[in-house]
Amino acid sequence: MTAREAAQPPYLRIERLKKQFGAFSALKDISLEIFPGEFVCFLGPSGCGKTTLLRAIAGLDIQTSGRIFQADREISDLPASQRDFGIVFQSYALFPNLNVAANVGYGLVSRGLPRREIATRVDDLLKLVGLPDSGLKYPAQLSGGMQQRVALARALALSPGLLLLDEPLSALDARVRAYLRIEIRRLHERLGVTTIMVTHDQEEALTMADRIVVMNEGVIEQVGTPLEVYRKPASAFVADFVGTTNFLPAVVLRPGVARFGSVDLACDIDIQPGPGNDVTLAIRPEDVVVRNVAAGAANSLAVRVADVEFLGSFCRVQLAHDGDKTMVLADFSINVVRDLGVVEGMELLVSLPPDRIRVFPAAAGQP
Amino acid sequence: MTQAGASTATELPLTRRRLDRDDILMRVGICVFIVWMLVTLILPLWWLLSKSFEGQKGEFVGLANYVQYFSTPSLLASLWNSLFVALLTTAIVLPLAFVYAYALQRSCMRWKGLFQALALIPILAPSLLPAISLIYLFGNQGLLKEWMFGVSVYGPFGIVVSQVFYCFPHALMILLAALSLADSRLYEAADALGASKTRVFFTVTLPGAKYGIISAGFVIFTLVITDFGIAKVIGGRFNVLATDIFKQVIGQQNFQMGAVVGFVLLIPAVVAFMADRIIQRRQVALLSARAVPLVPKPVARRDWTLFAFCAVVGGLIFGILAMAVWASFVTRWPYNLALTLNNYKFGEFDSDGWAAYGNSLELAVWTALIGTVVVFLGAYLLEKTRAFAAGRLLAQFMAMLPMAVPGLVLGLAYIFFFNEKGNPFGFIYATMIILVVNSITHFYTVSHLTAVTALKQLDAEFEAVSASLKVSLFRTMGRVSVPVCLPAVLDISIYLFVNAMTTVSAVIFLYSTDTKLAAVSIINMDESGFTAAAAAMAVAIVATSASVKIAHVLLTRRLERTTQAWRRR
Repeated sequence: MTAREAAQPPYLRIERLKKQFGAFSALKDISLEIFPGEFVCFLGPSGCGKTTLLRAIAGLDIQTSGRIFQADREISDLPASQRDFGIVFQSYALFPNLNVAANVGYGLVSRGLPRREIATRVDDLLKLVGLPDSGLKYPAQLSGGMQQRVALARALALSPGLLLLDEPLSALDARVRAYLRIEIRRLHERLGVTTIMVTHDQEEALTMADRIVVMNEGVIEQVGTPLEVYRKPASAFVADFVGTTNFLPAVVLRPGVARFGSVDLACDIDIQPGPGNDVTLAIRPEDVVVRNVAAGAANSLAVRVADVEFLGSFCRVQLAHDGDKTMVLADFSINVVRDLGVVEGMELLVSLPPDRIRVFPAAAGQP
Repeated sequence: MTQAGASTATELPLTRRRLDRDDILMRVGICVFIVWMLVTLILPLWWLLSKSFEGQKGEFVGLANYVQYFSTPSLLASLWNSLFVALLTTAIVLPLAFVYAYALQRSCMRWKGLFQALALIPILAPSLLPAISLIYLFGNQGLLKEWMFGVSVYGPFGIVVSQVFYCFPHALMILLAALSLADSRLYEAADALGASKTRVFFTVTLPGAKYGIISAGFVIFTLVITDFGIAKVIGGRFNVLATDIFKQVIGQQNFQMGAVVGFVLLIPAVVAFMADRIIQRRQVALLSARAVPLVPKPVARRDWTLFAFCAVVGGLIFGILAMAVWASFVTRWPYNLALTLNNYKFGEFDSDGWAAYGNSLELAVWTALIGTVVVFLGAYLLEKTRAFAAGRLLAQFMAMLPMAVPGLVLGLAYIFFFNEKGNPFGFIYATMIILVVNSITHFYTVSHLTAVTALKQLDAEFEAVSASLKVSLFRTMGRVSVPVCLPAVLDISIYLFVNAMTTVSAVIFLYSTDTKLAAVSIINMDESGFTAAAAAMAVAIVATSASVKIAHVLLTRRLERTTQAWRRR
């Protein structure tokens, strides 16, 4: 990604975007760059402003202030009809009284193209989304997943420079969703069209995106590759929203060491607070090590197994530390559980690897 | 929270979206709509109001006319009479219509379709029809005159009975809708908790239909207080507001006092309208998406009791209708009961003859055609214009206002406004155009709401999609919105047709010698003592409305089979 960033100028540049709804700020000073051919996901809980940002990019609901450039052209104040994008909505918004071919060819007809050319293009598009023989059917006769693919073909018909997907998979059941995830990704790789997808589903974002933009309360919390966002969450919010995280209250002892309960934990303290300040340590359940932890080893923690929840390929274990005052969640593989004979009530020694601990200001106030 | 005050000098300027062609066209459309409503509704009402502050020579007299009105006992009596009749009718119709609607929606009695069709027929008739029927039944030479024990049918009795017949289907439609929605889980829960049938009725059924009942009450009250035809035909010497306006304007040529009475009549109508709006706003969706629709189970005793009730009410409605039809074919009531078609030779009773019927038909067709286009376009502009909040809000208000204006008041306002010297639209005075414009405006709100409801059911993103595909909004309207809303469009046109065909109050001041209407000719013939011919004309109107309605039902069915094939899975 960094290579790409260096190589070419951004395709879409968003500068200091704000959106007010009365007294409510839906977007607070958002700046963002998206590069040609990227697949970017806007991820966040409902009401975080991700859809508002998408609709501002499309020109459907214009921002209160701020600028947007697309392919070096300022589009900040252009109406949707003068911007270059295709869009797919969660509701599909297929025209119910037009058949599939007419839906896909809807924008082509207005271009005044010859009928045969339109028919060929529509056929190509339907083949592209894997519905080669559905042209004469009406939307109501198709399944949800098929309707969504028709909507995708319609959005791509005019070969837009930017493809916007507004929660395109939320209305579908799990199996279809997983399948369409791969399909959309494959389509993106084939066409190379710069794509922005809005979603509240972290799994969707992690599996599909080149880069994820995590948003909360009108602010961008973090922009990064799925791996960066998951491994190195920039804030307690991101750590909590993407994946599962343990938050452990601690006090900074000295640079590189924080005290959690009665245990001193080595960690990379990359924030400012000096000794004596409260911090929150974050560690993912799967990063808790249980094999080969010697007594007295650095970052080791004596715990008692309070609960074992079987989740198929692994077990999520609640570890009580310091009496029952703090609970640490850990994901143990079935192997580990079997080898160590992990059962409720068992006393264990676990370690929290320093390079897997993230440190956030305590005020970030996660649970 | 970023606050406006905290913004620094580096704040970027506010973004103002540039308008595309669709935006400009739609805004122009809204402005045209506002001008249309100004000319057809607001300005006429303004003229009416200012007239009520003028003396005989057009000089400003302040509240003098109102002082005179409220100090004239005979005029003031009409106000109380109107309120009395309206409240009494409401009190009678509401329980009748509620039980009838309950029987249709919540029981398993037989012949539901028949009872429903029967009860809705009065909507197709002018309000004059039940009045004429009652004269035949209980008048001086009435069929069942002895049943009256000397009480005259002319007066409050006749008015209230006729109004009950006339208002019943309007209330029934609202209550049918209110009772159509029910969550069977609530009833199962109540049952499981051991609540008695009565308790379930009062704690589940009635609260669920509360807003429908309130709304129906206001509708009945407004219909009665603003209706002119019934009081005119069967009111005798019992004066009400509506007949007072007519007497002041037509009888005494006292336009100023007519304007005053018009405004007095406007007040209860507006109050009822606003009260209903405020109460309806408090209504929240009682039915969640997961509600399980209630399917009534047969309970023999309840079903047969309700059947008996519907048979009696339906029988009375049928009787009143049948009486008018029979009377229209009788040679000379009550002396020669031989059947004849002579009463339908309207030329022998009224100078205009069948021409009045032709005029009514013409009015109804134009109102339906033009009105549907205006209403649907207006609703589309209101629903789909982006931003432009001020214009949309104003237009929205103007679209709701006609509901609160009685037809008689609107007609009177039209006289003042379009007859004014120097009015550039004055040329439409005394033509068919003014009747069409008046009818469209008078029946605007209900049609508008029908169109809005249909448009709201469309996916809100159709316009966004067409903008992204660079297709004009108006093209999408033509190719998608109108075809999908076609059933609603047909409903609107039928509603306008039937109302234009049957209305008296909206047009009584506005017809000219060339454009006399069927409903007006009923009043004229009745006044001249040709009651049988009046009945015949009323029957002709019902027959026409009914045929159009039946054609509508058949056409809708056909449409669903052919052009709406996409609705099926």
